[in-house]
Amino acid sequence: MFSRTMTALAVLSLLGSISLAHAADKPTDPQIAHIAYTAGIIDIEAAKQAIAKSKNKDVVAFARDMMRDHEAVNTQALALVKKLKVTPEDNDTSRSLVKAATAERAKQDKFDGTAFDKAYVTNEVTYHKQVNGALETLLIPSAKNAELKSLLETGLKIFQGHEQHAEHVAAGLK
Amino acid sequence: MASQLKAWISIVLILGMGSIPARAETIRVTIEKMVFTPAVITAKVGDRIEWINKDIVDHTTTVKGGWDVVISSGKAATLQLEQAGPVDFYCRFHPNMKGRVTVTR
Repeated sequence: MFSRTMTALAVLSLLGSISLAHAADKPTDPQIAHIAYTAGIIDIEAAKQAIAKSKNKDVVAFARDMMRDHEAVNTQALALVKKLKVTPEDNDTSRSLVKAATAERAKQDKFDGTAFDKAYVTNEVTYHKQVNGALETLLIPSAKNAELKSLLETGLKIFQGHEQHAEHVAAGLK
Repeated sequence: MASQLKAWISIVLILGMGSIPARAETIRVTIEKMVFTPAVITAKVGDRIEWINKDIVDHTTTVKGGWDVVISSGKAATLQLEQAGPVDFYCRFHPNMKGRVTVTR
């Protein structure tokens, strides 16, 4: 529980630092594209782990929904950057996200059964909340290209749906 | 003789139509950018709703204790309304998407 709280804090402070960077250092479109794509990949990896480990049908169904949606959004994102001739650019935010997610997956891997289900779904609520916060306060306002902005806005609505879906699944686990 | 027969057939057809309470309609609901449009619908028992998903992700139209239909990305699905009453529908994958249909007899 303590380590989970610490991870949640780490994610919070990480995304907090994105917000702090806002005024001085807005991410560029190639960086935004990279961050959004990376955030999607992270959730797909978490979903794969859940599908492999969980025996709860609601949790597995939720994980499959996450995989399908994030793959669809990322496919769209790749098509867009190709069309715009933008090369996504790796950056500190993407690297921090990957680092935090790798640690989270390793932590969750140690859990089994209901403990795993709860850890996965709780983190899905937290993760979507944080990513949605970053989209709303930083990524969408910083995006210059109208099509990129529009895809991020659609993404935000989809991920807000995921956040609620995760909350419903979490409530069912109690 | 032939025209008499034709007249009879017409009458039978008209009577036949008369036995159907009302002509069933198809109401179109478009899903775009995570929104059902229109989100508030009135319909009659026997009407159909055609759900058209223009989004990049799959959706569902789901009623708790009632129907549950998946509408794949870029596809449409049709559902016939069988019971009277108001029902709230939502998307099972994205519960922030909601709507209501009031079905009358």
